[in-house]
Amino acid sequence: MQIRQWISIPIAFLLAVCGAPLAGAADISLLNVSYDPTRELYQEFNAAFVQYWKDSTGQAVKIQQSHGGAGRQARAVMDGLEADVVTLALAYDIDAIAGTGFIARNWQSRLPHNSAPYTSTMVFLVRKGNPKNIRDWDDLARPGIEVITPNPKTSGGARWNYLAAWGYALSKHGGDETQARELVTRIYRNVPVLDTGARGSTITFVERSIGDVLIAWENEAMLVVSRLKPGDFEIVVPSLSILAEPPVTVVDRVVERRGTRAVAQAYLEYLYSPEGQALAAKHYYRPHLASVVAEYAQQFPEVKRFTIDEVFGSWAKAQRTHFASGGIFDQIYLDR
Amino acid sequence: MSDRQRGVLPGFGLSMGFTLSYLGLLVLIPLGTLFLKMAAMSWSHFVEVVLSPRALAAYRLSFGAALSAATINAVCGLLLAWVLERYYFPGKRLIDGLIDLPFALPTAVAGIALTTMYAGNGWVGQHLASLGIKVSYTPLGVVVALTFVGLPFVVRTVQPVLRDLPVAVEEAAASMGAGRLQIFFRLILPELLPAAVTGFTLAFARGLGEYGSVIFIAGNMPMRSEITPLLIMIKLEEYDYAGATAIALVFLVASFATLLFINALSLRVGARARTG
Repeated sequence: MQIRQWISIPIAFLLAVCGAPLAGAADISLLNVSYDPTRELYQEFNAAFVQYWKDSTGQAVKIQQSHGGAGRQARAVMDGLEADVVTLALAYDIDAIAGTGFIARNWQSRLPHNSAPYTSTMVFLVRKGNPKNIRDWDDLARPGIEVITPNPKTSGGARWNYLAAWGYALSKHGGDETQARELVTRIYRNVPVLDTGARGSTITFVERSIGDVLIAWENEAMLVVSRLKPGDFEIVVPSLSILAEPPVTVVDRVVERRGTRAVAQAYLEYLYSPEGQALAAKHYYRPHLASVVAEYAQQFPEVKRFTIDEVFGSWAKAQRTHFASGGIFDQIYLDR
Repeated sequence: MSDRQRGVLPGFGLSMGFTLSYLGLLVLIPLGTLFLKMAAMSWSHFVEVVLSPRALAAYRLSFGAALSAATINAVCGLLLAWVLERYYFPGKRLIDGLIDLPFALPTAVAGIALTTMYAGNGWVGQHLASLGIKVSYTPLGVVVALTFVGLPFVVRTVQPVLRDLPVAVEEAAASMGAGRLQIFFRLILPELLPAAVTGFTLAFARGLGEYGSVIFIAGNMPMRSEITPLLIMIKLEEYDYAGATAIALVFLVASFATLLFINALSLRVGARARTG
């Protein structure tokens, strides 16, 4: 029994030490609730914004970050997590928050480019030398290929992955839904693990070496290739992918109550500034601002991208048809 | 009030009041809100959700894996308790302390460690893979994770009983000509059984509710390696609160019924062990 105490004392000590820095408070604080792969971007962006805000107003602001699968994050906000701003993977999750009255219904028109300060797309990450010769979406459906992608029920990125594959099949087969369903079904048959978020899938593929191909956010794939494991992986750009627009917005009810609207608004607008855009590009998100686009032109390959509205009408429709309970994604698993 | 009505021990009102409000705040009220959330659901929708093939597959996996893990733990736990109580060897205290680690270690850490070890390219996984056995990302992985988190229960419930069992009884039996197996099965095992069943129940209950370690090793495929707690989480992340609550409720009632059944069983086993 003494040994139990010996173990618990250092554990309690560790917890106390790790917990202490969280307790410090600044003048104003913002909580940015975000999705999975934006950790690195916002770490750097927050520091830049804190400096910018201090220089322009003299006010010290402290920014906290929370990351996870987009669905979980949105639900946390609805359940009362005091997010001043949300920066999520797709509009549907912010719509869901808006549905509970926390955010104005017209949120998406409040900022330029559908409130998406940066865009991205879905690409393939394969192992060095592309041993399974994966070139396009059809290759993911080949027997014997293991595909890693998160669960579209819980991950925003996974929904983009799924819809990108669907849209590719539609365009290839002249809009034939049966063919699209066939392709997507065969791809998901090749998925051995469904993680709940994009970062989880990246870890499964990169650290645990499971699978032949990871369908990933372009920014996540570039992060792996250039910073995490240079030389071990390659990016394959499919012939057609989806224009992913991860949107941002202020959570009205929270900023009203906490009196943080001005700083929260400035925080999001700073994402559209040359500095913000450059940081987004540096972290492999595709910028809008022409000067930054030109500067980073080398980094981003040409990708043909379709928008969700072109192919699926709207997020609400795509969600209802594909990801709702009993939707096509559920049917794929019931059919086995 | 007369002393006769009060009973022998003082403080019944106070302690009972505390017990009820304590259980109320921690257990009954949170569970009660489950029923409240459910009220919005129509009966047919409820049935459709809780009996959907995917939910049934999840219950099956959760109960099956928890039962298998608890069974493994019952057998191995008895053995561990035996070794720790009956033999003396260097480092015994250290091993005794290790038994509790699954309690102290955050389950997510355990899950990640087990997944890495048992993945197709892990230390253990690669040897199993050459035998054609896959552990990580299969239902077998779930059993492994639940066996880990349930390890301490049987050991800790059996140990004190074994400690109190006088060695003299065994020696007496031996001197009267009982064989070793006979001593174990007729004398020791009946004494240990009630404690082992209690430990089994605890390990089983723990396994039913376990989430943190399992989601890493299970693979989380609908219909195949998706445990019920994960299905509930997924429903929540789909903003389907009613569906999540319905499944939680069914799972809760089923778990409670199972636990009651095992407890009744252990009382019986205990009674038989004492009389027989």
